[in-house]
Amino acid sequence: MDRKQVIEKFAPIIALYTQEKEVLANLSEETDFLNDLKINSANIVDIILDAEEAFDIEIDDDSAEQMLTVGAAIDIILKQQQA
Amino acid sequence: MGERRVVITGLGVVAPNGIGLPAFETALRTGRSGIRYQEKMAELQFGCQVGGVPIVSEELKHQYFSELTVKRLSADGVVYGCIAGADAWTDAGLPLLALDAETPDWDSGCIMGTGLAGTDPIRDSIYHIDAGNAKRLGSSFIQQSMPSGVSAYLAGTIGLGNQNTTNASACSTGTEAILMGYERIRAGKALRMVCGGTDSASPYLWAGFDAMRVLTRKSNDRPEEASRPLSASAMGFVPGGGAAAVLLEDLETALARGARIYAELLGGYVNSGGQRNGGTMTAPNREGIRRCIQGALTHTGVAAADIDAISGHLTATMLDTVEVGLWAEGLGRFGSDFPYINALKSMTGHCLSAAGAIEAVAAALQVHQGFLHPSINCDDLHPEIEAVISADRIPKQALSTDIRIMASSSFGFGDANSIIIFKQFDQHGQETGN
Repeated sequence: MDRKQVIEKFAPIIALYTQEKEVLANLSEETDFLNDLKINSANIVDIILDAEEAFDIEIDDDSAEQMLTVGAAIDIILKQQQA
Repeated sequence: MGERRVVITGLGVVAPNGIGLPAFETALRTGRSGIRYQEKMAELQFGCQVGGVPIVSEELKHQYFSELTVKRLSADGVVYGCIAGADAWTDAGLPLLALDAETPDWDSGCIMGTGLAGTDPIRDSIYHIDAGNAKRLGSSFIQQSMPSGVSAYLAGTIGLGNQNTTNASACSTGTEAILMGYERIRAGKALRMVCGGTDSASPYLWAGFDAMRVLTRKSNDRPEEASRPLSASAMGFVPGGGAAAVLLEDLETALARGARIYAELLGGYVNSGGQRNGGTMTAPNREGIRRCIQGALTHTGVAAADIDAISGHLTATMLDTVEVGLWAEGLGRFGSDFPYINALKSMTGHCLSAAGAIEAVAAALQVHQGFLHPSINCDDLHPEIEAVISADRIPKQALSTDIRIMASSSFGFGDANSIIIFKQFDQHGQETGN
């Protein structure tokens, strides 16, 4: 799976948690979950659970704490897939 | 400044026999039962296999909740309560505040009571936790399983900035919530309160009642005849779920914005029998109910002779005869002098913490529209009731009649009692005078 494929599969997951449709439509690796997508911080744990299920991976606590941007999320997903 | 007067300007209801005011009013007028055979109860081998379950479609949920909330919210009582509460608000001609509004409505709050607003989230979570997967609970478990889940979701749906809480006093909950909201407005601490109750329509909640053998077991093949308050053949109550809410509003505020007024809420009284003198966890101290009736009259300034109708608690157990007897004694009115009395639970089953709220919505509609709904399934009136009041005091068909004052009573486990009193309000400038 390359970064583009990950983002394509990941975007619908985060779509559920944001009202910022325009930011979502122009998602980039720099897009920040809390500041740009205005996602409720309590929902980050839900996004992690959804991602674990969708990509069949486990995301540990240290990685979870670093998942603040789309780019960071892709890094973590790819790393765990290879683990 | 004197104490404020409180009126009802909005109603919302999710009842087993009608979701939304038009459907509910039609059910009231036609005596339509919402009791159906419940396959799940049969599968679980309950003695009672009938119940009152409001059918809320996915489409309806999407009218009130975001995609995310619909996906995550499995507490049916929270769903019912939010729909009823939001409906009461919009029925009063008030807008739900936009999510990006800068300020909430600081003068409006909610008291939505519940006994248990959902068993599904609790049931699901226990499997995850026992399997060592606590983290799979995600973020939505606490917010929908905490007792105040319903008021928390509702306050967010509307944008309420005043008191936002949940009360609980078993089957007295819904009536108590309305009285608590009344007192807050009366004290000048809020201008509007959305008040009512909700309970899950879940066999997992009802199982305990089935185990206590307080649910009827005799009418599984005749669901619509199963709930039989006031009748000689009443053999226990039919469990139900759902929610209802009234929007209570400061009279001056309501008049200033030209709101439609269903009725004035004169107040009422709550107390407990203290589980003494015959009262127990599950049965009332009769002196407690006597004092509750007297307290409601004293605190509203209503004379016993002026009560035109009573919406009874009347669940279809042997306590129906006790309740009617205590009302007759408490008002000093017997036989044909007794007010009209009807039992909404004959059509909805006993919706537990929501019951008093659903009955309050029905009472407000009846006072406003000038009718009384029938009490169904009591053609065989209990002889001990007929010994105290005339049979014609119980409407068998919807009855068109002017109702100036109506009382509604609720009683709950823990020996908890509550009574509220509604008064007709003349919309054309002046209250109907004494």
